[in-house]
Amino acid sequence: MDATLPHVLGFMYPNEVELQWSILIVLYPFITGLVAGAFILASLEKVFNVEAVRPTYRLALLTALAFLLVAPLPLQLHLGHPERSFAMYLTPHLDSAMAMFGFVYLWYLMAVLILEIWLDYRRDIVLLARSSSGWLRVIYRVMSLGIDNISPRSLEIDERVARFLTVIGIPSAFLLHGYVGFIFGSVKANPWWSTPLMPIVFLFSAIVSGIALVMLLYMLFSRMRRVAIDMRCLDTIGRYLLYAFIIDFALESLDLIHRMYEADESFKSLDFMVRTKLFTSQIVLQIILGTLVPIALLALVQLVRLGERARQRLYATAGVLTLIGIFAMRWNVVIGGQLFSKSFLGYTTYKLAFVHREGLLPAILLMLLPFAILWVLVRLLPPWGGGHAPEGPATPLQAEGGAAGPAQA
Amino acid sequence: MKIDRRDFVKRTGTYLVLTSAAAAAWDHVVAGTPETAPNYRVTDHWWGMAIDIDRCIGCGNCVRACKVENDVPHEPYYFRTWVERYHVPGGDIEHPVVDSPNGGHDGFPERYGAVDGAKNFFVPKLCNHCAHSPCTQVCPVGATFDGPDGVVLVDTSYCLGCRYCVQACPYGCRYIDPRTNTVDKCSLCYHRITRGLTTACCETCPTGARRLGDLKDPNDPIHEFLRTHKVQVLKPQMATGSKMYYSGLDGSVR
Amino acid sequence: MSGRFSDVQHLVRMAALFIAGVVVFLILRALLVPEGFGVWGHFRAGALDDNRARPLRFAGREACAECHADVLDARVGSKHAAIGCEACHGPLAAHAADPDAARASRPEAAPLCRSCHERNVARPAAFPQIDPAEHGGGEPCLACHQPHHPDV
Repeated sequence: MDATLPHVLGFMYPNEVELQWSILIVLYPFITGLVAGAFILASLEKVFNVEAVRPTYRLALLTALAFLLVAPLPLQLHLGHPERSFAMYLTPHLDSAMAMFGFVYLWYLMAVLILEIWLDYRRDIVLLARSSSGWLRVIYRVMSLGIDNISPRSLEIDERVARFLTVIGIPSAFLLHGYVGFIFGSVKANPWWSTPLMPIVFLFSAIVSGIALVMLLYMLFSRMRRVAIDMRCLDTIGRYLLYAFIIDFALESLDLIHRMYEADESFKSLDFMVRTKLFTSQIVLQIILGTLVPIALLALVQLVRLGERARQRLYATAGVLTLIGIFAMRWNVVIGGQLFSKSFLGYTTYKLAFVHREGLLPAILLMLLPFAILWVLVRLLPPWGGGHAPEGPATPLQAEGGAAGPAQA
Repeated sequence: MKIDRRDFVKRTGTYLVLTSAAAAAWDHVVAGTPETAPNYRVTDHWWGMAIDIDRCIGCGNCVRACKVENDVPHEPYYFRTWVERYHVPGGDIEHPVVDSPNGGHDGFPERYGAVDGAKNFFVPKLCNHCAHSPCTQVCPVGATFDGPDGVVLVDTSYCLGCRYCVQACPYGCRYIDPRTNTVDKCSLCYHRITRGLTTACCETCPTGARRLGDLKDPNDPIHEFLRTHKVQVLKPQMATGSKMYYSGLDGSVR
Repeated sequence: MSGRFSDVQHLVRMAALFIAGVVVFLILRALLVPEGFGVWGHFRAGALDDNRARPLRFAGREACAECHADVLDARVGSKHAAIGCEACHGPLAAHAADPDAARASRPEAAPLCRSCHERNVARPAAFPQIDPAEHGGGEPCLACHQPHHPDV
């Protein structure tokens, strides 16, 4: 291993020289992390009755849906044989964490997210079905499953079912992203990945990224709609972001301190890797810019009395830095775990192409796609007004003043 | 796809059993398939290999033979087996200098000369065909598996190419074949050993450094080897149940 | 009564959709799980056969003995006796299957001899190694050594 491999430093087992998991596999945990985090923010309101964040409830759910729809795409692009991926449903190997993917994904998408969105929006869907025409009417009618009943009793039942769903949704969201952490954390062959902390670190960084995303989207949409930002909502989100960040930072620090203290056989090799190949992405982007600075900015808001504009700017900056930092964290885990040799004697380089199936261009497009989907969702199911869609009678019968029924909503 | 009623009932029965964990423990004694291995009974064998470091001369015969026998891509850095050269200056086992030019395929040009106090030797590497393999544990669909005769194999028609098994192998013995986009690795020349031949690497090793062994055969010389040599496996702390037994393995070997 | 049902009708329809989905999935599963899956373990039993069905490239030393017993006799007692024929002569399964169609070839001596016997400090000290420049005064290997019985 020498002049023929200029990108290899030291010795690597021959088959290790090429990286197996590319930027697409960095994207996947990033995307599912955003989904889990957005959902946790939504559930803050529904289950923990943090009423202040109500204005972002629907936006958080739609964001989660938009990103969840895109989540399998980087995986399909990465697979050597995506046409065989249905085998994960046919013969899932129960010993493999990855085999869970299909079922956990489907469960979370269908039984949690779509159901919850449907139940929360059902009244609006029915009203929109009544008031629109053409294709749009067909779409809304299909979404309403052909049922036109939005009596208070039916809505009350919806509310109860939705609350129950959110309660199971929280562990489901944990599972959706936690198993990704376990995929890495359970690989004993790789000391950079193998730690019981991995699923929890992934989960808390997911919560941080999801909250930051919804916070930024809320500010962005409010600007676009020229509507005043509900500062009480934003401040509350900022506070929860800070709490989640502190836990996330504590966990990552614990991992680091533990590694440095125990200094096992892998330590010297990993330490060298972090100081050289991962210096920019880990020390600069993930730790300093992506964690310490946002924590400082968010803490500043709590400690010093600042005006609205100042706080909004701080939140926006912290939010953007957070997203960069959490992306860097995924990068450092996935790519970092493949840059060093399992012989602890060498390192390789990740060559990221631009126009290539697993290159930078598809990665960028895949990251833009959820926003496009979100834009469509927001048009189709406006999250604003929190349930104050155009007023209408509970059933068409009432509109005609016909059969007796519950009083008009 | 033609499904008659009996077939349908059988399939339904089969998948119902599959859904329970007991399916994994369901063993059949099968006489092998007549077409390819008329006399081979899977449950009669438990394959391993004895590797004697003190005999390896780094000639590279095994690497070349394997590439030919198993149609391994010749584009460099895909190897089912390879040889590493260790140079341990001053006997400092924590800081070996290791190299494997083209996996040892073209031999090892002399690099060190007679440096006093340095220990030098060759180590052949291949899939360890672990009894508790971490690689088959992580396959999401069952495209790679521990066969009943102790050989870890790949089902290339089923593999998704997700590369999880490549990540999970502590020994770096797996790779993705760029021609099929599925995983590939040493199959212990399964097509040879089931016909009573030995593996291509053992066949062409001139010094007997590599010798295939059937641990279930009481007459196999591997038992004598294990009794008379101080043997180790690679990365024993991982408890993989490796069946590649190395004699003369130095502490510097990674 | 119908009033109450109409309040949950949408939930009933949703539940029905879910159940329909599960049923479709179970049917698909029954049809698509490959044959022989699960017989030996969590894999397709046919994979064992697929792995066995690869073509041979090396015949193995016993195959050579069928026709070339004289060479093998000549090698008895020599330092090279334990080495398989194909270690030097390359893959010969095609030749063993049809000796006339696929001829075996005599390998070029010098590079082959050197590949094992050139001095290399990583080779076991007791293994016979020479420095090609110094050994034999520049003569070709075959001038003094017969590969099947190399002892001089």
